[in-house]
Amino acid sequence: MTSTRALMGSAAGLALAAGLATTASAAEITIATVNNGDMIRMQELSPQWEEETGNTIEWVVLEENTLRQRVTQDIATGGGQFDVLTIGNYEVPIWAAQDWLAPLDDLPEDYNADDLLPSIRQALSTDDTLYALPFYGESAMVMYRTDLAEEAGVEIPDSPTWAEIRTAAEAMTDQDAGIYGICLRGKPGWGENMAFLTAMANSYGARWFDMEWQAQFDSEEWQAALTDYLELMTQYGPPGAAANGFNENLSLFQQGKCGIWIDATVAASFVTDPEDSQVADSVAFAQFPNREGVDNHGNWLWSWNLAIPSSSNEMEAATDFITWATSQDYTRMVAEQEGWRAAPPGTRTSLYENAEYQEAAPFAEMTLESMNAVDTDSPSVQETPYTGAQFVAIPEFQGIGTAVGQQFSAALAGQADAEQALQQAQSLTQREIDRAGYGSN
Amino acid sequence: MATQHSRAAARFMIAPSVVLLLAWMLIPLGMTIWFSLLRYNLLMPGENPFVGFENYSYFLSDPAFQTAVINTLLLVGGVLLITVCGGIGLAVLLDQPMWGTGIVRIMVISPFFVMPTVSALVWKNMFMNPVNGLFAYVADVLGLPAYDFLTAAPLASIIGIVSWQWLPFATLILLTAMQSLDSEQLEAAEMDGASSWSRFYYIKLPHLARAITVVILIQTIFLLSIFAEIYVTTAGGPGNASINLTYLVFQESLQRYDVGTASAGGVVAIILANIVAIFLMRMIGKNLDA
Amino acid sequence: MARAVSNSVKARNTAIAWIIAILIFFPILWTILTSFKTEGTAIADPPVFLFFDWTLENYATVQDRSDYFGHFMNSVIISVGSTVIGLAIAIPAAWAMAFVPGRQTKNVLMWMLSTKMLPPVGVLVPIYLIFRDWGLLDTRIGLVIVLTLINLPIIVWMLYTYFREIPTDILEAARMDGATLRSEVVHVLLPMAVPGIASTLLLNIILAWNEAFWTLNLVAANAAPLTAFIASYSSPEGLFYAKLSAASTMAIAPILIMGWFSQKQLVRGLTFGAVK
Repeated sequence: MTSTRALMGSAAGLALAAGLATTASAAEITIATVNNGDMIRMQELSPQWEEETGNTIEWVVLEENTLRQRVTQDIATGGGQFDVLTIGNYEVPIWAAQDWLAPLDDLPEDYNADDLLPSIRQALSTDDTLYALPFYGESAMVMYRTDLAEEAGVEIPDSPTWAEIRTAAEAMTDQDAGIYGICLRGKPGWGENMAFLTAMANSYGARWFDMEWQAQFDSEEWQAALTDYLELMTQYGPPGAAANGFNENLSLFQQGKCGIWIDATVAASFVTDPEDSQVADSVAFAQFPNREGVDNHGNWLWSWNLAIPSSSNEMEAATDFITWATSQDYTRMVAEQEGWRAAPPGTRTSLYENAEYQEAAPFAEMTLESMNAVDTDSPSVQETPYTGAQFVAIPEFQGIGTAVGQQFSAALAGQADAEQALQQAQSLTQREIDRAGYGSN
Repeated sequence: MATQHSRAAARFMIAPSVVLLLAWMLIPLGMTIWFSLLRYNLLMPGENPFVGFENYSYFLSDPAFQTAVINTLLLVGGVLLITVCGGIGLAVLLDQPMWGTGIVRIMVISPFFVMPTVSALVWKNMFMNPVNGLFAYVADVLGLPAYDFLTAAPLASIIGIVSWQWLPFATLILLTAMQSLDSEQLEAAEMDGASSWSRFYYIKLPHLARAITVVILIQTIFLLSIFAEIYVTTAGGPGNASINLTYLVFQESLQRYDVGTASAGGVVAIILANIVAIFLMRMIGKNLDA
Repeated sequence: MARAVSNSVKARNTAIAWIIAILIFFPILWTILTSFKTEGTAIADPPVFLFFDWTLENYATVQDRSDYFGHFMNSVIISVGSTVIGLAIAIPAAWAMAFVPGRQTKNVLMWMLSTKMLPPVGVLVPIYLIFRDWGLLDTRIGLVIVLTLINLPIIVWMLYTYFREIPTDILEAARMDGATLRSEVVHVLLPMAVPGIASTLLLNIILAWNEAFWTLNLVAANAAPLTAFIASYSSPEGLFYAKLSAASTMAIAPILIMGWFSQKQLVRGLTFGAVK
């Protein structure tokens, strides 16, 4: 009893001393972040950083789309409301090119930037300078219910084709019992259904644009991809799929309503979490499917990153925070508190070499494999004038992707067929891209 | 009747409101008109060249534009129809003698206090969701397949949500008007053997005319720029099925960050809103002068 | 009520009214109930209504994650502040329009109302730029200014319609007695105008409290009201109905309670000139 007291007393004294020592440079930083589980955990752990440094944090936590709008609007108009931004690897190179982000060239020695996964590091760097630090990263893979597969007598290989996925989905579907063979994203948005559909199209050998920047929705590959997607979802998918995004599908899968779910690798730690997931101990993983004969597994690469706008007045404190939140120490801290399975995945090689993590996270190997298979320079097997992954790395993509996503979502809702949706997508994409002046030179 | 002196004083008293609103209208509007003539995209900083009416032709030729105009009118019209009819019905009902009027009235007006974002979130997730929503459960109990409201009938669903929010407002105004009705007149009619329907149709309804116009005027102002409900529930989809003008402008300005086109869209929306306004003002003017 | 009504008719009316009222109120009731369930119970099939293990854990989680009180205070300051300033500007204007109407009065009123038809998204970027240059982003004063301006037309209109119903013969009488303009206002008009002002005040606090476009787009952390608070619960990962319900209940409770208690005052002036 006494010893605990003494311990607490000295800890408080230490914190106080630390506080006093840094009062002179105490800063208040405003952090904008998305309301995903990992970020909320960061928010919960951050008082520790505040105590160590004497700085304070104002949090702005918003739903993903709202966050993106607020942050983009602020940085583009130089509003200067935030010191740390949470942005995707889509934005990082585009914003870095506008000098909107502070270059992170003098990171502390012990940050160990060489430990970052090569594909992630490449995505966040311009001319070998990092402009954001990765908080967690993801590719995409197949998650499925082993119990249902067994019951239905189907097997999903480690590297399935779309045809195999369809067979399995069909066998697992039992609509009377409220079990849907496959759950995929249908909610419109460039980061929602279009992330999935672009990856799926990649794995069918399709591309968004040919080398003259002509939209390619009239190609056989897109046609095949969209038709198969619609058939899969209308026959074996849940009702209301046109409104389901990542979160909705996650919740369906956790409730045991999905046989197969193909989505971001980061979902693996949620569906295997016995506290939230009713199916935690009967989930297995496989690589993102491909069309027979096409050597492409979707090329999905996403990371949520912390970056500092060049307009920030609290550069030093902000840098200190983002290195703290993306460090190996932070990972360890999460592991100590919540177990290794909850460690933010997909950013550091050391995590995947950690025996404890491998032990706790059955999805570790498949995640790493998927992430390493990504090549952001050539997202499709065909030649492309753009780089990217499950997105096209041009500023106009948000607008175009969301508009196309609306068309495909409408098709899923049964308001148009694949043919019509593709035609609409083709003409609106071409309209936008011509206006932006691509391919005219 | 009014003296020279009081007229001057009156002008002096009105001035602050007028000046403030004029500034509030003209400065942003002026900037919006100016931006609408530029090629101005937030994501591509640099000089913003003058492009004349290019943004307008781009906005007006957007395939979603026509749908947006029609949807805007349907949304306003649909909600008005439901809230006015429902409001009359409720006002008649609440005007009857009953037990627990106070509590009934509190329950009926409560939706008006709920934030649009909250009501949209609650309806979307807890009621209309085809898997976990309460409606899906009810359908299941009745042996019907779950109806996917926001996908199958997005605009109608949004009209429903918005009507729920505005029904209390209409009810309150209509009820107050109803209660101001001279009860002797009604009693006389009753003595004469008029049916309750004809008492409603020939006495109550005409009496409510002014209140109905007021409800239409005030609600239209708010309904023309419905945004949160669409943003939260359908994001304008599927396809463009539930997009309205406000939302279309939003897509340009905050999803494409194309300030030029968004400004052009804003100007178009203002013009269209004013056309609606002129109609309304005519109607109101006639009804309120009396 | 002079008319005598048989108890059976009254019972029928009561039954119908209660059923309809409960249906209308049900979404709110359901949200409040769900906020006391666990995430698992919240999506239970069949749904449970009252008999579950009531828990406060969602409220604890929400409070833990976001500073409810800070957001609440911002909402109060912004909605009350903008309404009070709006009233201060609008009362003289509405008074003048009602008692010294000119040829242009009606047109000025209609024009004021038409400024409310400006779609906010269309002018967001200009306002954002002005706010940036004047240092008003993420400040309460900035939001107070915007909300005052967008609600001013409604305030003027409501007060005008209410003031107009005040019989002018009273004014004439006061003038006969040699009352000055000032005492005319203070002793005669204001007491009569209080119910109208009170209900205008209430309605505008409600409108400002629930305004969700400007309050979301012009703030970050310091001035963020409850509309921003709810935005962080709108679509998170995993199961969220219970947490969403708790956050929703917290966001609407203050205004709901205020509305219930001031219902009579609110209704009295809420006629917009609809009653002669």
